Amino acid sequence: MSKIWNNYRYLILRRFVQIGILVLFFGANAWGWKILEGNLTSSLLFGKIPMSDPYAVLQMVVAGAVIASDLLIGVGVVALFYFLIGGRAFCSWVCPINMVTDSANYLRRVFDIDRAQLERSPISRNSRYWILGLSLIVSAFMGIAAFEFVSPISMLHRGIVFGMGFGWAAIGMIFLFDLFVLKNGWCGHICPLGGFYSLLGKFSFIRVHHIEENCTLCMKCKVVCPEKQVLHMIGKESLPILSGECTNCARCIEVCDDDALRFSIRDLIQNKKTGE
Amino acid sequence: MSNHSKAKQPVSDRRKFILNMAKGVGYAAVGGFLWSAYLDEAEASPLVLRPPAAIAEKDFLKTCIKCGLCVEACPYDTLKLAEPGDHKPIGTPFFTPRDIACYMCEDIPCVPVCPSGALDEASVTKNGKLDINSAQMGLAVIDENSCVAFWGIQCDACYRACPIMGQAITIEYDQNKRTGKHAFLKPVVHADACTGCGMCEHACITEKPAIFVLPREVAMGKAGSHYIKGWDKKDESRLKDAHAIHTTTQVSKKKAVDKLNAGLEGLLDE
Repeated sequence: MSKIWNNYRYLILRRFVQIGILVLFFGANAWGWKILEGNLTSSLLFGKIPMSDPYAVLQMVVAGAVIASDLLIGVGVVALFYFLIGGRAFCSWVCPINMVTDSANYLRRVFDIDRAQLERSPISRNSRYWILGLSLIVSAFMGIAAFEFVSPISMLHRGIVFGMGFGWAAIGMIFLFDLFVLKNGWCGHICPLGGFYSLLGKFSFIRVHHIEENCTLCMKCKVVCPEKQVLHMIGKESLPILSGECTNCARCIEVCDDDALRFSIRDLIQNKKTGE
Repeated sequence: MSNHSKAKQPVSDRRKFILNMAKGVGYAAVGGFLWSAYLDEAEASPLVLRPPAAIAEKDFLKTCIKCGLCVEACPYDTLKLAEPGDHKPIGTPFFTPRDIACYMCEDIPCVPVCPSGALDEASVTKNGKLDINSAQMGLAVIDENSCVAFWGIQCDACYRACPIMGQAITIEYDQNKRTGKHAFLKPVVHADACTGCGMCEHACITEKPAIFVLPREVAMGKAGSHYIKGWDKKDESRLKDAHAIHTTTQVSKKKAVDKLNAGLEGLLDE
């Protein structure tokens, strides 16, 4: 039992946080709970603290909307949290699509699809930044928040809270795409919100650190990591994982049997020494 | 020959870089086109009824952040967020009066909760107080062909359902010449008082409602500043927006006879 906890403790916590947030949102709409109202695009915590999706508001700004002060405060709260503390934690700890793509990823491992699809990825992991840029250009031209009108993330959390409609189709497509076409296809290659948080969270304090002396080169961490390019130092150097693309999901920490990976606060002095 | 020698040269890094950039631009152009085309269709649905105090539809679409706080504040479950498949701009709040009309709460709970300003409290505030009667969600329109009151059958369901009874909908009496002894009791909607709450549409007794709410933009015409009610002081204020349109027509300097004979030169020569 303790081994299960040890190997899945962060996964269990993440699911608890992800589902908990959705339950609170759902309760606010269905039963009038006043804990967390709204949805992931914009919400109200305890009826007082506004929180807003900085990427959605950025698109609105580009589209030419007048931004209300409540939204600006909400953006400040969320952006500051991920900028200083969380990094790209939204993707693995909050976003409900993470559960869809994680399950596709899990099935890929169960059915050993990875080994059958060894050819080079047809899409670059940098595509998300291109799509992020494109979303802003389209927003400016069309005068509306472009990604918000097609976002399967919004379709899912809004759907769970307010009613799904045909939103299931979009979620199903992402699941099939990730399962049969491209490993980590949506979250790791396409999603502009993930790209946005990669850029925003690049300098946050909570980082996974690698301790090279403990590493036995089993490479389990690289198998589970959804953004395995960030683990380039495994078995080579003791370094913090500084790439903004790391989602702080902590799967690498819990699958490591040798204590070669752990969470810690970004060590600013060490960074200076290594020049990172 | 030149092709042969080119093939032997290695492709320079600069060339590779420029071509990769160009490829990205190409992808972006195709993607941007598809994306824009979809958005253009997705946002074009003029028949959506918005919550009270909603700003003009074009601004509403760029300002609403789709959080659903207005929907949660609505005590009657009137407001819904558009789901995929509703054929309305996705995630934005709307209501369908035939299902659940707006009950015009005096404290308008749906408006102050809006964080984005897509619902503008000032537009439903009169003398420092919230005033739901100044909301302009839409305008009720009557199809006189299917309204049984216009057939001569007595029905005043819409009139009685109206929260601003006697102002937004009045009953006008008319003689029923077909029978010679009965009266028509015809409902008439007044655009200056109607808020578009849809209680009339909800109450209408016909299979498909003969009175229904349309967005004001759709339901109303516009006289423009060429036509002013000269007997109405208030209406004359619209003259301020009036502007003259100067058109100039080039007047031909030629004589009229020349104009008539023009183009015949060739014929006369023969």
